[in-house]
Amino acid sequence: MGSDVAVASGGFLASPTVQTALILGGFVAAVTGIVGVFTVVRGQSFAGHALADLGSVGGAGAFLVSINQVWGFVGAGIIAALLMELIGVQRLKGRDVTTGVVLSLGMGVTALFLYWDTTIGSSSNAAVSVLFGSLFVVNPAVIGPVIGLSIASLVLIVAAYRWLLMSSLDTDLATARGVPVRLTGIMFLIALALAVELSSLTIGAILSTALLIGPAATALLLTRRFGLAALLSAAIAVATTWVGVWVSYESYNWGGPTNWPVSFCIVALIFLTYLAVRIGAHIHSRRLKPATEASAAPAVAKDAGRHVAEVMG
Amino acid sequence: MFEDFMVNAWEAGTIVAIIAGVVGFFVVLRGNSFLAHAVPHGAFAGAAGAVLIGVDPLIGLGVFAAGGALTISVLGRRARSDVITALSLAMMLGLGSFFLSRSSEYSAEVFSLLFGQILGVSSVQIVPMIVLGAVCLAAVGLLYRPLLIASVLPEMAPSRGVNPQIITVVFGFILACATTMSVPIVGALLMFALLVGPPAAARFVTRRPVTAIPLSVLLALVTIWASIALAYVSDWPVGFFVTAISALIYVAGRGVSALRRRVPASRNTARVEAEAVAA
Repeated sequence: MGSDVAVASGGFLASPTVQTALILGGFVAAVTGIVGVFTVVRGQSFAGHALADLGSVGGAGAFLVSINQVWGFVGAGIIAALLMELIGVQRLKGRDVTTGVVLSLGMGVTALFLYWDTTIGSSSNAAVSVLFGSLFVVNPAVIGPVIGLSIASLVLIVAAYRWLLMSSLDTDLATARGVPVRLTGIMFLIALALAVELSSLTIGAILSTALLIGPAATALLLTRRFGLAALLSAAIAVATTWVGVWVSYESYNWGGPTNWPVSFCIVALIFLTYLAVRIGAHIHSRRLKPATEASAAPAVAKDAGRHVAEVMG
Repeated sequence: MFEDFMVNAWEAGTIVAIIAGVVGFFVVLRGNSFLAHAVPHGAFAGAAGAVLIGVDPLIGLGVFAAGGALTISVLGRRARSDVITALSLAMMLGLGSFFLSRSSEYSAEVFSLLFGQILGVSSVQIVPMIVLGAVCLAAVGLLYRPLLIASVLPEMAPSRGVNPQIITVVFGFILACATTMSVPIVGALLMFALLVGPPAAARFVTRRPVTAIPLSVLLALVTIWASIALAYVSDWPVGFFVTAISALIYVAGRGVSALRRRVPASRNTARVEAEAVAA
């Protein structure tokens, strides 16, 4: 947060800090937005959020043994994803309790690591930087691995696209069609862990959840076609990230001790976009058919059912 | 371990464990773990904001906890509630980081709001805790039956004169109340662990609410007492012990239930639960 002052020098696009923020932020936002559509449809928002928080275990651990934070975040994310899968994230019933137990245990271990970080090392700001992060203070050493692993996450999603589509929309039908539902679930969780950890590392755990869920939920209000929703979600994620970076940059001139935190600007934009689209969709559906106003979730499921019939047929 | 300055910690821990054991039973029953994570975690933003404008942090916590719970239950009515919970949580945390950026020296206090400072409780802090805790318990006691019916048999609730949507909002407020009293002392993290681990373990052992709630309280008490003792001896953060012991208890509860499932007598646990409610 203090280092954000560096941003003030030079024009917006000329500043290297801004350039890094725009490129890395845009990249991570696009991948997170695409993975987010599946997360929302599969009802795994809590897992997505938990994985973002759990990355901080790895982040704090990496501080402790001073290795590159990327490997700490990604390692912790994948271990947590496999742990959740192992103790039953695939069953709907009791899934949120399982996620909750893994999440709280992970946060407890984070507390221990941060305690060691602050008592043994001298990095007293470790806690805040691990939890909040900022696009403006990205360590250049993480840029290469982040882009490589983001691509790996996308490749996993694309490779499992058809399986994922079928098993996300109708598990029983997918099983009947010979889709390896459990393997698909594991592949998805790993892709989710990668995407979420990378965004959590570059832009902070807060923003990671917002980018994962917000653009995807907005896109699913606008269209019910899966491919289109994924592209739309990525576009919304990138757009809000870039506008947020700009607002945060500009806010330096608005007075106050520092500029507005970039995470806050992006989260606020995502939240407002979702609310605006939700209100718009509500007014639209009321005008079209005042009597038969269906709630959003069943409508998605119904249309998705038609869509899965197209895919499978 | 029982010196004067530790007495407050034991008292505060005991109060929190009782509340968390009771409220947590309904959190697990309703499948509201994400809400139980989001409300205490997001509410810290309120404390940050309150400090910024020079108000008692407890008021900020209360406003954000109640506002967050209300937003989630109202917006979640027509959409997937997990999506709304995630978005609201991110928004509250974003506001928290905004408030933090406006004031200069606050990192240490944020750390304690997230991870707790139970070993440094003053006797002044105990009073609002007891009051809010009593409000929580009274609300649960008063609404015990509607809460059970709306949680276990939501589709049957209207025929019994219970509106599940109103119960959702009311439960959100109960959670907010429990959060406000405990977060300044035990931290968001520890509160969440106690709200989920011990109650879930209790429900593995017995499905009857009348026995599960006391068992859940008992397990929460064991967790917090053991944690305070271990934290005192080792000087490690108390949050680590609470989460680790909660997780252990949860795993043990699962083990008990897996062993028992081999015995065919208690095959239909869901039916037992429904009967307990209907009776």
